[in-house]
Amino acid sequence: MSSGLYNTHKIDFDTTLDLTRLKPYGDTMNDGKVQTSFTLPVKDDERGEEAARQIAKKMGLEEPNVAYHAPLDKEFTFYVVYGSCVHSVNYEDIHVITVESDTMSMEETNEYIRENIGRKVVMLGASTGTDAHTVGIDAIMNRKGFAGHYGLERYEMIEAYNMGSQVPNEEFIRKAVELHADVLLVSQTVTQKDVHIQNLTNLIELLEAEGLRDKFVVCCGGPRITHELAKELGFDAGFGSGKYADDVASFAVTEMVKRGMK
Amino acid sequence: MESKLGLNFELVNQARESAARVAKDTQNFIDQHTTVTVERAVCRLLGIDGVNEMDVPMPNVLVDHLLETSLLPMGAAWAIGNAIAETGLDPQAVAEKVDAGELDLSKIPAHADADIRAAIMPYVNATMERINKNVAQRNAFLGEFGDKEGPYLYIIVATGNIYEDIIQAKAGAKQGADIIAVIRTTGQSLLDYVPYGATTEGFGGTYATQENFRLMRAALDEVGREQKRYIRLCNYCSGLCMPEIAAMGALERLDVMLNDALYGILFRDINMQRTIVDQYFSRVINGYAGVIINTGEDNYLTTDDAITSAHTVLASQFLNEAFAKEAGMREEQMGLGHAFEMDPAVENTFLYELAQAQMAREIFPKAPLKYMPPTKFMTGNIFRGHIQDALFNMVTILTGQKLHLLGMMTEAIHTPFMSDRALSIENAQYIFRTMKDLGSELTYKENGIIRNRANEVLTKATELLTEIEKLGLFTTIEKGIFADVKRPKDGGKGLAGVVTKDEKHFNPFIELMKGRVAQ
Repeated sequence: MSSGLYNTHKIDFDTTLDLTRLKPYGDTMNDGKVQTSFTLPVKDDERGEEAARQIAKKMGLEEPNVAYHAPLDKEFTFYVVYGSCVHSVNYEDIHVITVESDTMSMEETNEYIRENIGRKVVMLGASTGTDAHTVGIDAIMNRKGFAGHYGLERYEMIEAYNMGSQVPNEEFIRKAVELHADVLLVSQTVTQKDVHIQNLTNLIELLEAEGLRDKFVVCCGGPRITHELAKELGFDAGFGSGKYADDVASFAVTEMVKRGMK
Repeated sequence: MESKLGLNFELVNQARESAARVAKDTQNFIDQHTTVTVERAVCRLLGIDGVNEMDVPMPNVLVDHLLETSLLPMGAAWAIGNAIAETGLDPQAVAEKVDAGELDLSKIPAHADADIRAAIMPYVNATMERINKNVAQRNAFLGEFGDKEGPYLYIIVATGNIYEDIIQAKAGAKQGADIIAVIRTTGQSLLDYVPYGATTEGFGGTYATQENFRLMRAALDEVGREQKRYIRLCNYCSGLCMPEIAAMGALERLDVMLNDALYGILFRDINMQRTIVDQYFSRVINGYAGVIINTGEDNYLTTDDAITSAHTVLASQFLNEAFAKEAGMREEQMGLGHAFEMDPAVENTFLYELAQAQMAREIFPKAPLKYMPPTKFMTGNIFRGHIQDALFNMVTILTGQKLHLLGMMTEAIHTPFMSDRALSIENAQYIFRTMKDLGSELTYKENGIIRNRANEVLTKATELLTEIEKLGLFTTIEKGIFADVKRPKDGGKGLAGVVTKDEKHFNPFIELMKGRVAQ
């Protein structure tokens, strides 16, 4: 087991950080060390181990070390592999789209709404389509909120409506019109076979078909949602994991003001 | 068993009596009503199966006809029995003639009650015989291989494709899983019919169909024979078709069913009158078929806070127990649920989890408690996640939980890979082996955090049940006391499928199954 775990090789690479040639870091700059684990549908023997090593090489891992292997079934074997990644990326050239608004606290958001909008903002949320998970929308909307961030229902200047899960897009839009909603929040947890993409696209298409797209600030969220994806699908913003009610509320109300929605 | 928590059993009795009165009060409503899915379940148990040219399941064809012709209050058994008495056809042929438009059950003159019963009973008895054989087969397997002592390792498969599920399930069983649950496709709970045949498309799960049940049952029996263990099969007896799923499960020898009295109301916005009637018949069937039910209290903690709302979990366990008793179910089949869902950032939450689990163990000593792993505070950090699951495993072995749903380090990322399950099983087996008897070595300090927490939760639960008793179940749910979710009595899905029974209505399966277990 221990062979290869201790690297006695001389370091034969440049150990100064160069952001134009960024590599993973194990314990020495530019060592490129990564860990990966995967299953191969073959039996657990030397040949399988060699297959795992070759797969790792093709992934760009030099000197792959199959640290562990164990059978999961007769014809399935699990491997844990370490190696040094040969690839690098130019960090200087990377630009990502993120939600550009400073996150305000609940009190600041309430105050912002009072000053700039002058009435309660109506926010309607749901987990739409066939998605039965409410955990995401609840984390944003329920009074208690999540991880110490109060939910939208607790905001004095926000009238929050949570329709729960499995809400068809048509019904969601009908409710939005009925409530004169300002902000629509869509949560998507199930992402198997990209069902969330179809569903999110469908919502925007329906809004556009009914000439309603401009009437609302429309945001989506979920563990697999990025702001970039959301923009691409026609949403105003997307919120991935680690984003809370205050992030969503801050973005939505500043976006309303930016667009002159009163 | 001596209480490790110094629980006040006077409060336990008081809470149990309150829950029993709530259930009894609700039972009056149940006894006066039937639903479309209750009657479709009767159709299925009478042998009506298949789909018509439009892919509508034949039980739906027949029950839709009863609804249209205002015969539903009489019930499917009466209507079909009457048709058999008139025509001599079997139930399947009756349904097919109705589908073809060749038979209008409302046009058939009403035969004498005794003749109707005589006409229907051979079909009823044939099904009872089939279920008896299934239970005998399960008992034979358990006799031959013995049953697992200690917690059952419970894993889920959810590929969407029943054939892929079988590969995953067999691998899981070989790695040590004792219960395989096939997660249903998202959305099935809101279908007012059960799809037909083997299916290979689903999102986040696989359709519950009778054919899928049969295929998985056969696969698990095969791997069970190899492994010399009985591998239990679990599915979801919830949503708009509770009793039909129970019927299918009884016919195909499922062993475990998710089957909560209130879950559909709170989490799927199914109308409360509908669910409360549906859950009753589904539990009568599960009770007879020797199925262990799982209740869904763990779900409360995904929307509500596990620290401040722990008493609602206990109160709901008392109610689920009371409703199961009203359906004649034995305590040994009541897999009352709870979960390890407290915030890891809060001090001493492991002690609170331990208190909650030990409390459930002592209050429901015969129940095979179902314990659910952390999900809400799983973050994508698989390394911490594996440790959270380890703490969860410790609580199970320390407090004697029985249906132990394995936590996955990749919770919140994807449906489990084959390797995720294997690592999870390895984690649980390691802890269960090395801490096997630790629980019996431990006592909890008088006036310590654990004892005080348990007694505080018990006190609050008892108070809540007293309040529920005053309000009645329906009003309690309308007020949002459970899971912080409010549901109106006439809101939600499926209310149109609830009707008041005629005095001639009968359900021969309730008569034969309630309060009994097939041998």
